[in-house]
Amino acid sequence: MEWEVVIGLETHTQLQTNTKIFSGAPIKYGAEPNTQACEVSIALPGVLPVLNKQAVECAIKFGLAINAEIAPRSVFARKNYFYPDLPKGYQISQFELPVVGKGAVSIQVPAQGKKPAYEKVINITRAHLEEDAGKSVHGAVEGMSGIDLNRAGTPLLEIVTEPDMRSAAEAVAYAKQLHELVQWIGICDGNMQEGSFRCDVNVSVRHKGSGKLGTRREIKNLNSFKFMQQAIEYETRWQIETLEDGGSIHQATVLFNPDTGETRAMRSKEEANDYRYFPDPDLLPLMISAEDKARVQASMPELPEAMKARFEAEYGLSSYDTGALTSSRGLADYFVATVKAGAEAKQAANWVTGNVSAKLNAEDKSISSSAVAAEALAQLLKRITDGTISNNAAKEVFEAMWSGEGNADAIIEAKGLKQMSDSGAVETIIDEVLAANAAMVEEYKAGKEKAFNALVGQIMKASKGKANPAQVNDLLMKKLKA
Amino acid sequence: MINSSLKQLASMLQSKKISSVELTQSFLTRITQYNPSINAYIALDEAKTLAQAKAADARIAAGNATALTGIPLAQKDIFCAQGWQTTCGSKMLANFIAPYDAHVITQFDQAGAVNLGKTNMDEFAMGSSNETSYFGGVKNPWSFDHVPGGSSGGSAAAVAARLCAAATGTDTGGSIRQPASLCGLTGLKPSYGVVSRYGMIAFASSLDQAGPMAKSAEDCAMMMNVMAGFDERDSTSLQRDKEDYSRELNKPQTDQPLLGLKIGLPKEFFAEGLDASVAQVITAAIDVYKKLGAQIIDISLPNTGLSIPVYYVLAPAEASSNLSRYDGVRYGHRASEYSDLNDMYNKSRAEGFGAEVKRRILIGTYVLSAGYYDAYYLKAQQIRRLIAQDFIEAFKQCDVIMGPAAPSTAFKAGEKVDDPVAMYLQDIYTISTNLAGLPGMSLPAGFAQAKDGPALPVGLQIIGNYFDEARMLNVAHQYQQVTDWHQQMPDLKRA
Repeated sequence: MEWEVVIGLETHTQLQTNTKIFSGAPIKYGAEPNTQACEVSIALPGVLPVLNKQAVECAIKFGLAINAEIAPRSVFARKNYFYPDLPKGYQISQFELPVVGKGAVSIQVPAQGKKPAYEKVINITRAHLEEDAGKSVHGAVEGMSGIDLNRAGTPLLEIVTEPDMRSAAEAVAYAKQLHELVQWIGICDGNMQEGSFRCDVNVSVRHKGSGKLGTRREIKNLNSFKFMQQAIEYETRWQIETLEDGGSIHQATVLFNPDTGETRAMRSKEEANDYRYFPDPDLLPLMISAEDKARVQASMPELPEAMKARFEAEYGLSSYDTGALTSSRGLADYFVATVKAGAEAKQAANWVTGNVSAKLNAEDKSISSSAVAAEALAQLLKRITDGTISNNAAKEVFEAMWSGEGNADAIIEAKGLKQMSDSGAVETIIDEVLAANAAMVEEYKAGKEKAFNALVGQIMKASKGKANPAQVNDLLMKKLKA
Repeated sequence: MINSSLKQLASMLQSKKISSVELTQSFLTRITQYNPSINAYIALDEAKTLAQAKAADARIAAGNATALTGIPLAQKDIFCAQGWQTTCGSKMLANFIAPYDAHVITQFDQAGAVNLGKTNMDEFAMGSSNETSYFGGVKNPWSFDHVPGGSSGGSAAAVAARLCAAATGTDTGGSIRQPASLCGLTGLKPSYGVVSRYGMIAFASSLDQAGPMAKSAEDCAMMMNVMAGFDERDSTSLQRDKEDYSRELNKPQTDQPLLGLKIGLPKEFFAEGLDASVAQVITAAIDVYKKLGAQIIDISLPNTGLSIPVYYVLAPAEASSNLSRYDGVRYGHRASEYSDLNDMYNKSRAEGFGAEVKRRILIGTYVLSAGYYDAYYLKAQQIRRLIAQDFIEAFKQCDVIMGPAAPSTAFKAGEKVDDPVAMYLQDIYTISTNLAGLPGMSLPAGFAQAKDGPALPVGLQIIGNYFDEARMLNVAHQYQQVTDWHQQMPDLKRA
């Protein structure tokens, strides 16, 4: 019987606000421990929370971006549990009434082996505002544990999906899409190393076709897409093997160990806390009016879907190209800048999604750290269009530009890659080659088509690649028929 | 001088008949003399206090004094005051020095008032007799065998014994009004949201409200002018225009200054459970109001009986969460020995909290637990709305509501400590106003002979509509123009 994996994600995104969600304390990452912690952050007796309006705006932006219901009234609740990095003994979160309700995110799942790429819609259950906890620091002082409350109170938007994903690839595609989206709308810096974007993944397996969900285990705090892929794959295998060996799955929280590539249960849910949620009496319900939404809407950037449609209409690009171009705000901006700098749109699209993206992927870089700026790329592409260099030569120039050897024109000049535009010079070379390869000419004339290509190759070689291949074809054909 | 009103003291200070340092010193002398037996103050710092008095004198000399500049006040130990030990009556915070000021403290500082010290209280404001304080009980200045009420028992005793000119209190279920009643003073719990809770150590956030405890309504009005006002650091603080709480008091006197005032008497406040001797005093007070021109109307607050059970679900629920921050990690009491993290939590909290606080944390934890939340917490919230609705209906018929503030006069220390429910019933007439968020006050209305001893003060409670504090203060003030109960002082040598 065939197994099916069922995956849902909970993602904690740190919101890009100036101050914490319930106090005026700054939230600079990497500061000296406890220097970003005011009296509210350390939960002194008598302090009270005041909601940061900027955090609310971020939540509204996200709701608008995924076409979700934005609650006109939502409620902050206390999630009660004891932990040293949780200074109040409760986390202020949202429970029954979250600020963002049902919405959806479209994802592009890339091709894998023979399986072609496809699109899928992942439904969002809810997104709610809450505060981050501090951090425990072990070993800073020999034999002691320390508490750093700099992070305590950092605003988070927790985004929860339906169990809609059916493979690690889908889960990673969703996580990547969400990662791009929250950066696109400017609510999160997306820095996974610093913990700005953290995913918890719920994994269960069942027999394909079964309508019932299996028992899930939650993989906590995955901070890279690579680990997410590995963790889900390992967890899925483990669950299937466990069930096939006659065992059963118990609900649990598990951690992924990148060194071993394995997941390991941290605590079982049976011994988990009863969080005793109740509405926080220190905070009024959060009211969001139609005017609030309209105001935030006005400040929203063009969203990927709208931009994709616009690119198709404006530039006549394919759905595939525009999908790739709008997969990140940076890539889209880069493409637009390239076109603006004078490149032809279709050509720019091919290069941005092709050579540029390949280079970025190979070096694991984001578009913002591309070694070739959009304007520089446009200059290169113009040299193809105006016939100065061939497409092949352009690839060589691009490599050199990427390595920092200068701008397109300088490299073309230095490497002598300029195409021959003088037909007389080309004709001379052709004549020389034909004279030197009389046998091949005979073969061609006897009906051996292949000999033609061999002759072109010889001519290109003799021109040191500078001849325009189309021109060579043209002239050679004329001469052979003469 | 120690029995002077705030207005008289302000006038003496500003006309330089007396300096703030002299006035402060005279209170400090009385504190030295009487506090060891009364135990009203748990933190004193003469140097700090006198420095403030000196600064006040300079301010008066510079001609920019406010009504309270140079006046020595006592602050309930629930307010964080920078550099002061701030314990909330608990061992948990016995070593806690507040590094910041509560809004109320800031307001008094800016007005130039002098802080005489921090007053004793029931631990985390949980109690009605001041007997749950880690720092020992407080004596009722009218009879040292008796309790002063609670939780603002230290403030009440300090005002009654004239160990300060006036004091602050907080009231979650009656903690200003019940001790005011038992000690013979005037105390006001404002409408919820009028005084900022920032820096006031939380017991039950949706019920807690700070207010003045003083000799007279006039004094309370002057205190309110400093304490009340919007504070952006408290999300439940109300953004209202600043008001002058004395404005109604200064109108020209007439024979019937309260002509047309409709006073509602809820039948539930005069039913079984009320001491006959207390009822007598209240009835006599109502008669005075009739003479002042008021009209008496019988009303009903049908859900009064539910207020105690509702309160003892909601207040502990909030408290159980509010008190979670006392975990021994960052400040406060930490057990000296423990085996691991959980052991540290367990021992620190077991050692740091007293029995009543533990009882309420347990109740609160229970009612919020999965499977019980709907039956207790949610149901209690629904009934809370019904109780508020009772008042809304009542105020369609009357302007103010009157009745006793407490069912009896002060009881003897130790009498109710083993019977929590009897203790909880002390707040039967006060709790419903907290649940509804309404203002309430208690003012001295006479004395009742205790079964086994001295005559002890009885408080008349006035409950007003939302934000009607100025009118309530005037209603109390007019009574105090024709009676002198509020000026009576206990004989501390005989108590």
